[in-house]
Amino acid sequence: MPTAVLQTPPAPAAAEPVLVVDRLRAYYRTHAFGLDRDIRAVDDISLTVAPGEVYGIAGESSSGKTTLIKTIVGAIRPPLAVVGGSVRFRFGGEIRDIYALTPAELQTIRWRHLSCILQGSMNVLNPVRQIRHSFQDFAFPHMGLKPAAFWQAVRAHLARLDLDPAVLDSYPHQLSGGMRQRTTIALATVCTPEFIVADEPTTALDVIVQRDVLTMLRDIQRRLGSSFLFVTHDMSVHATVSDRVGIVYAGRLVEEAETPTLFRGALHPYTQHLVASLPRIGDTTRRASLPGRPPSLADPPSGCRFHPRCPLAMDVCREKVPALVEAAPRHRVACFAVSGAPS
Amino acid sequence: MSLILDVDHVGKTFVQGGLLSRREVEAVRDVSFSLDAERPEILSVVGESGSGKSTLAAMVLGRLVPTRGRILFEGGDVAAIRSRAGRRAFMARVQPVLQNPFEAFNPLKRVDRYLFATAANFVVGGGRTRAAIEERVDRALVEVGLTLAEVRGRFPHELSGGQLQRTAIARALIPEPRLLVADEPVSMVDASLRMAIVNLFGALRDRLGLSIIYITHDLATAYYISDRILIMRKGEVVERGAARAVLDNPQHPYSIALKQAVLTPDFG
Ligand SMILES: Nc1ncnc2c1ncn2[C@@H]1O[C@H](COP(=O)(O)OP(=O)(O)OP(=O)(O)O)[C@@H](O)[C@H]1O
Ligand SMILES: Nc1ncnc2c1ncn2[C@@H]1O[C@H](COP(=O)(O)OP(=O)(O)OP(=O)(O)O)[C@@H](O)[C@H]1O
Ligand code: SF4
Ligand SMILES: [Mg+2]
Ligand SMILES: [Mg+2]
Repeated sequence: MPTAVLQTPPAPAAAEPVLVVDRLRAYYRTHAFGLDRDIRAVDDISLTVAPGEVYGIAGESSSGKTTLIKTIVGAIRPPLAVVGGSVRFRFGGEIRDIYALTPAELQTIRWRHLSCILQGSMNVLNPVRQIRHSFQDFAFPHMGLKPAAFWQAVRAHLARLDLDPAVLDSYPHQLSGGMRQRTTIALATVCTPEFIVADEPTTALDVIVQRDVLTMLRDIQRRLGSSFLFVTHDMSVHATVSDRVGIVYAGRLVEEAETPTLFRGALHPYTQHLVASLPRIGDTTRRASLPGRPPSLADPPSGCRFHPRCPLAMDVCREKVPALVEAAPRHRVACFAVSGAPS
Repeated sequence: MSLILDVDHVGKTFVQGGLLSRREVEAVRDVSFSLDAERPEILSVVGESGSGKSTLAAMVLGRLVPTRGRILFEGGDVAAIRSRAGRRAFMARVQPVLQNPFEAFNPLKRVDRYLFATAANFVVGGGRTRAAIEERVDRALVEVGLTLAEVRGRFPHELSGGQLQRTAIARALIPEPRLLVADEPVSMVDASLRMAIVNLFGALRDRLGLSIIYITHDLATAYYISDRILIMRKGEVVERGAARAVLDNPQHPYSIALKQAVLTPDFG
């Protein structure tokens, strides 16, 4: 049995946070081949996001980032279940506990204050109808504009994402992968939300278009003081837009720091490996990968979940779970090699 | 010199819009390149979103018929393959990894079905027993950091983005094809696993003589692993050459702008 994890709350930011995620646990409770098993995709994660802050999340494939995002925005469908912890947003001075809301209240919040861009899912776009209908159905009711002004706003917004307004007359399958991705971003952001949540929003884009999309998101965020919580594997994007970055490994947050610190002075061995593995134009030195595979979240390694692959692993790492503790102001790390082994 | 693939002045025009707003989109315009059978290589195709990369890939795979020009694979016209047997012989030698696995996999079909079907169809010899097929599938998954146990019985939405993408790569490698057409195969995979997969591509090229068309927006991995590169914009190839020479010193204004827009993971 892992020992109970004691987490230090992150350092208080200047203003009250807009989002407080507290000791969140969300598992996929599956029954396969006559066996019940829990896939512990989000396992005791705490973090906060300040007003106007861009909080970036990175981490290994299948470590639970998408599950964390879904859990935070309340997009929870069986077999996913929240088994502990809470998610609270503060909109207009009012605290909203996501799991205490009725489905109708959650819908209103999602459209009025939050905007979600989920991973790889272009399925907000109806495959048998032209794109314009999606804007008509989802965005028009929330914008409070007359039709002419609404379509003008939509066209201007599409242009900022390097999209020709002609996409409105296309069916989703007639667009390229990157054009569909930008269309879903346009749909989610045309209402200029207070809090943007995005999962791999720019994976299908060339670097020039990606820059324009990130600029647009940054503009909304600066102009309205919105917060932005997003996941991407592209560490260059974090280096460019994130104020803080959290690193997820096997369902847990293992390190969190302000972006320059994370790139220049990462303390967790997984983060150090991740940063060192980044390829660069002009560099062909062979990159080694981590030994072994991403761990199973149904039966994660005991103690520190990184121990089977960690070059610094000690005996204690196999037995005890390292708590996420502050190693320096606004820099939290979960590693015994950093915090010292418990006695 | 014998060519494994010869793309000869190929173009594709689509018609979009309704009766009143009908317009033609020239997705690919007059593109030519070839791959040498004796010198397997990784050819990166990079460029603007919407520049025709996936359309080009679909034509190489025989999924779309070119409006102009023709594509020869091992000397035969890809668009002329009609029979089931011909199609199957082609697929044994040319395999796809399609862009965005969430759209490429049927959401109602368990992912392992694709893997078992591919292994049963294409793995020849004494290896057709259930156990041999499972062993082959597991071996392919282990190469990309997964196992059959993790994938078995799962629907596409029950896997993470990177797991699904790696499953697609594993499936394509099962038949041991001559040519892999990979459309953004690692866009949802973290940097460490991404390097493991491009290293795997390099090893398959060197060990098994696999040729790879690697479509990507990630210029850093294109630089790291590929031999040649094509840079596309608005349906055309605007620059081509040895990958490192082109990326070290791009000539076309679009290539220069593309390289300048690359964000770096460096600080300070
Ligand atoms: N509906 C589901 N049922 C069962 N398991 C699931 C389901 N969805 C995801 N999982 C599992 O939960 C784990 C975490 O998945 P998640 O999608 O959150 O990862 P991720 O960090 O977003 O990965 P990636 O970077 O590859 O997208 C994975 O092992 C995945 O297979
Ligand atoms: N089935 C189709 N019907 C009509 N137009 C299409 C179809 N498929 C693609 N197009 C158009 O062809 C052009 C090229 O699309 P393609 O998908 O080949 O681009 P791409 O280079 O792969 O882009 P991305 O990097 O965004 O995936 C786009 O303008 C797109 O709208
Ligand atoms: S706690 Fe131990 S195993 Fe885990 S990262 Fe630190 S040194 Fe490595
Ligand atoms: Mg994900
Ligand atoms: Mg494409």
